[in-house]
Amino acid sequence: MMIDIGPLSDIPRQGARVVKTPHGCVAVFRTATDQVFAIDDACPHKGGPLSEGIVHGTSVTCPLHSWVFDLNTGMAQGADEGTVATYAVMVEDGRILLDAAWLRERSAA
Amino acid sequence: MTQKLVVIGAGMASGRMLEHLTDTDPGAYDITLFNAEPRGNYNRLMLSPVLSGEKTYAQIVTHDEPWYAARAIDIRFGEPVVKIDRRNRTVVSASGGVPYDKLVIATGSAPFIIPVPGRDLPGVVTFRDLDDTDAMTAAAAKGGHAVVIGGGLLGLEAAAGLRMLGMEVTVIHLMGHLMERQLDPAAGYLLQKDLERRGIKVHCKGATKAILGDGRVEAVLLEDGTTYPADLVCMAVGIRPETRLATDAGLDVARGITVSDAMETSDPAIFALGECVEHDRQLFGLVAPLYDQAKVLADTLLGQPAAFRPVQTATKLKVTGCDLFSAGDFAEAEGREDIVFRDPGRGIYKRLVLEGDRLVGAVMYGDTADGAWFFDQIRSGADIADKRNTLIFGPSAGTADPLAAVAAMPDSAEICGCNGVCKGRIVQAIKDGATDLDAVRATTKASASCGTCTGLVEQVMSLTLGDTFQMPTAKPMCKCTDHTHEDVRRLIKSMGLKSIPAVMQELGWTTAGGCASCRPALNYYLIADWPLEYQDDRQSRFVNERNHANIQKDGTYSVVPRMWGGVTTPTELRAIADAADKYNVPMVKVTGGQRIDLLGVRKEDLPAMWADLNAAGMVSGHAYSKGLRTVKTCVGSEFCRFGTQDSTGLGIKLEKLLWGSWTPHKVKLGVSGCPRNCAEATCKDVGIICVDSGYQISVAGAAGMELKETQPLALATTEEEAIELTTAFIQLYREHAKYLDRPYKWVAKVGLDWVIAQVMEHRTALVERFEVSQSVYRRDPWAEHAAEATKWAPMADLTLEAAE
Ligand code: SRM
Ligand SMILES: Cc1cc2nc3c(=O)[nH]c(=O)nc-3n(C[C@H](O)[C@H](O)[C@H](O)COP(=O)(O)OP(=O)(O)OC[C@H]3O[C@@H](n4cnc5c(N)ncnc54)[C@H](O)[C@@H]3O)c2cc1C
Ligand code: SF4
Ligand code: FES
Repeated sequence: MMIDIGPLSDIPRQGARVVKTPHGCVAVFRTATDQVFAIDDACPHKGGPLSEGIVHGTSVTCPLHSWVFDLNTGMAQGADEGTVATYAVMVEDGRILLDAAWLRERSAA
Repeated sequence: MTQKLVVIGAGMASGRMLEHLTDTDPGAYDITLFNAEPRGNYNRLMLSPVLSGEKTYAQIVTHDEPWYAARAIDIRFGEPVVKIDRRNRTVVSASGGVPYDKLVIATGSAPFIIPVPGRDLPGVVTFRDLDDTDAMTAAAAKGGHAVVIGGGLLGLEAAAGLRMLGMEVTVIHLMGHLMERQLDPAAGYLLQKDLERRGIKVHCKGATKAILGDGRVEAVLLEDGTTYPADLVCMAVGIRPETRLATDAGLDVARGITVSDAMETSDPAIFALGECVEHDRQLFGLVAPLYDQAKVLADTLLGQPAAFRPVQTATKLKVTGCDLFSAGDFAEAEGREDIVFRDPGRGIYKRLVLEGDRLVGAVMYGDTADGAWFFDQIRSGADIADKRNTLIFGPSAGTADPLAAVAAMPDSAEICGCNGVCKGRIVQAIKDGATDLDAVRATTKASASCGTCTGLVEQVMSLTLGDTFQMPTAKPMCKCTDHTHEDVRRLIKSMGLKSIPAVMQELGWTTAGGCASCRPALNYYLIADWPLEYQDDRQSRFVNERNHANIQKDGTYSVVPRMWGGVTTPTELRAIADAADKYNVPMVKVTGGQRIDLLGVRKEDLPAMWADLNAAGMVSGHAYSKGLRTVKTCVGSEFCRFGTQDSTGLGIKLEKLLWGSWTPHKVKLGVSGCPRNCAEATCKDVGIICVDSGYQISVAGAAGMELKETQPLALATTEEEAIELTTAFIQLYREHAKYLDRPYKWVAKVGLDWVIAQVMEHRTALVERFEVSQSVYRRDPWAEHAAEATKWAPMADLTLEAAE
């Protein structure tokens, strides 16, 4: 199930916005080249809001203690170890569609 | 009986389709060809050279009257089809109806017109067909100003053409760099530079608000208030598939007319191709895939099975002298790697994107000679593992020069700012026998003062002396570059670099978009050096500076309003108390900087809270910035029995003068009314101790991770002088220090003597430059952002979505 969460233009290039869900916030990123990624907005280190990190290439640096995550995989880079959940997103007609099937699955569980 | 084929639209796609069809089986159909334009097929791509005067219309016609006659095609040019009657299998035009057995829709696309006031004024044109081109040529004959809205392929070709016809041309582009769909920021920067060199003005991040004029177009007004005079406005912001006939006829239409792999629409008697179609969710705007569609449709119409598969496309800009090429997919992704090559001296940028051992994308500027070869590698998916190291140099590998940035500097470029020594003089000194650093210092004075240009001087030596010179290794800024912070600062100034992409290109950054470490530093250097020209890049700022509040460990924020010199009022205190109540602030704390901290505020509440505090006359305290923090004061002569001067008043004056400025690291001041020093001024970045004879100004103290007592800078006799010297010191720090060096670290590097000499000698100029910067930055960010509250809230709320 793809849910329309808003226009791509609502997110600045090299920035992110959050989507509230019953299971916590999801951070939706837009890169310099207009790729869009969605990951959990909580850093596995100490819960830092990844949506507030600096976006470079397809990575984000956590604003609290500077762990770096690959937005494609949700995996911490370099010496740090940890992973955040990633979600399917796509852009169609300038609108961002987020795959929210997991929302139901989780709430049913 | 021969089947009847009707084709709507005589454009690039249908023209190619008719060639295939009639070449393969000339007698298969009786063909009728409608076209809205009063002419037949011509090469639309070549309208750009027609506009610039490099070609004539006659040279770009692809199918002339004899061609249609030889194929017995019934041509209906200047006769738009107004309706498709599917039940009776007839198309309707002004002259009546024509029946069909098979119908092809090839109506192309229409220019998108942005819905701003004034869009219908005479003098506003688009760039799609020969009539548009003729209209522009006619307007250009009268000279004057042209504004092109849209900095994509089409807009830039229009701009270059109009410029060649002698008009003053400005391009307004909504995005941060030109042709952002085909180019990355670095290549976009080089393109802009080339266009500017030929006299075209480029305004990026410009949103058109209105087209102004009385009876005909006179100017274009942007959202930021800029206006550009305009005798001609060309709108080139994009295209939209021309689907009206298909929609009216009830065919399946998404963004374009939906077609199958065989180019069949939802009606098996009707086919479509070209820019009007949508295939597998994809639209098309370049001819290469359209030619493939033409071949497929010709086969389909002849009963041969065929399937359209979109191919990779490559883009070239048809502006003489602007060499760019982009192909494939150059977005970064997992498992992808960049190879970046920059030759700043020759204005060359190349970026290859690899996925495993295959090339998937390429962007090139300045030298596109190998474009076709790279495009081939992309399309064939060839394994490039064995040529990986030399791949970027194309089929004939060469070598890159790491000293290119310095090599590219003209002899007149200043290397040593302190002593005004240019590159040419250093080169001459070296040639005259100064072969080590000390000798160069002794003869030219270059790098003999603050020493921050030492790296550059060494690079000039290495260039001039070649292998005989052994370069000492200095610590580079980050993994994206070999330059040190100091070199980068110096080069930004001497090369006049005014944007992050410009720095990355001209100084040979090895990554495409920098990292979380260099971007904030570059953003600061550019703000400090070009306050009027450079536009702050919010996305290159650390969270606190981006959100104008300090992030807390749980993701909430703290809000600290300014309390000038530590002085407050009952009204302010009430407003703070009200805000604390209204937004359920879990902790209100007095800070170590003489003001009040509201901790634990939710991000979405920030704008409303700021608006409330603004209403009570308070502004941001910048407790989050690399900028002026607090000016701590004591009560001074106004109340204290020992006070010698009005330390509170001076503190407030300083804070009102300095607030809002960005600095390499945070800056804190203290002003004490007498040597008892109750404001702890002697451990601040600047500390002032009032004495009977005046003001003792000392600098470079610290009381954080290191403890340092301030060192004397000067003794001022008047308050004005104290303010002037303080400002001059801070400006010197702003202009020279490395990002994230507090003043004590910077002074330790360059020496207090040098600092004192500079401040004394250049104080007026330093203060002037500080004021220029403050004309932009002395303003309250809270007030600015409180107005855009929605940007601080979540973009969507799915909590209800799952509950249903
Ligand atoms: C709020 C406050 C503590 C308090 O409750 O009193 C504070 C809080 C923080 N300080 Fe501080 N500092 C505060 C006064 C100080 C002082 C005392 C002073 O200003 O008189 C010092 C020592 C003086 C100095 O700066 O040299 C101080 C030295 C530091 C340092 C070490 C700086 C250094 O160069 O060694 C850091 C770390 C840094 O900046 O890199 C720091 C960083 C921080 C940060 C920003 C840590 C962070 O990055 O999150 C804290 C933010 C908490 C928050 O969310 O508000 N804070 N900090 C004080 C705010 C003052 C204000 O009104 O703006
Ligand atoms: C100035 C310019 C430069 C370009 N440069 C390049 C380039 O360098 N590289 C590249 O790949 N592409 C380029 N393009 C894009 C390329 O020209 C188009 O992709 C291509 O022309 C689309 O072909 P088409 O047949 O779908 O539509 P078109 O060529 O636009 O043909 C559609 C025809 O249908 C007619 N029509 C529309 N409605 C009706 C109707 N109701 N009845 C009858 N007729 C109708 C129109 O009048 C038009 O003649 C450029 C375009 C322009 C304008
Ligand atoms: S000393 Fe400063 S940085 Fe450390 S915990 Fe206290 S407020 Fe935070
Ligand atoms: S919470 Fe993200 S790095 Fe510590």
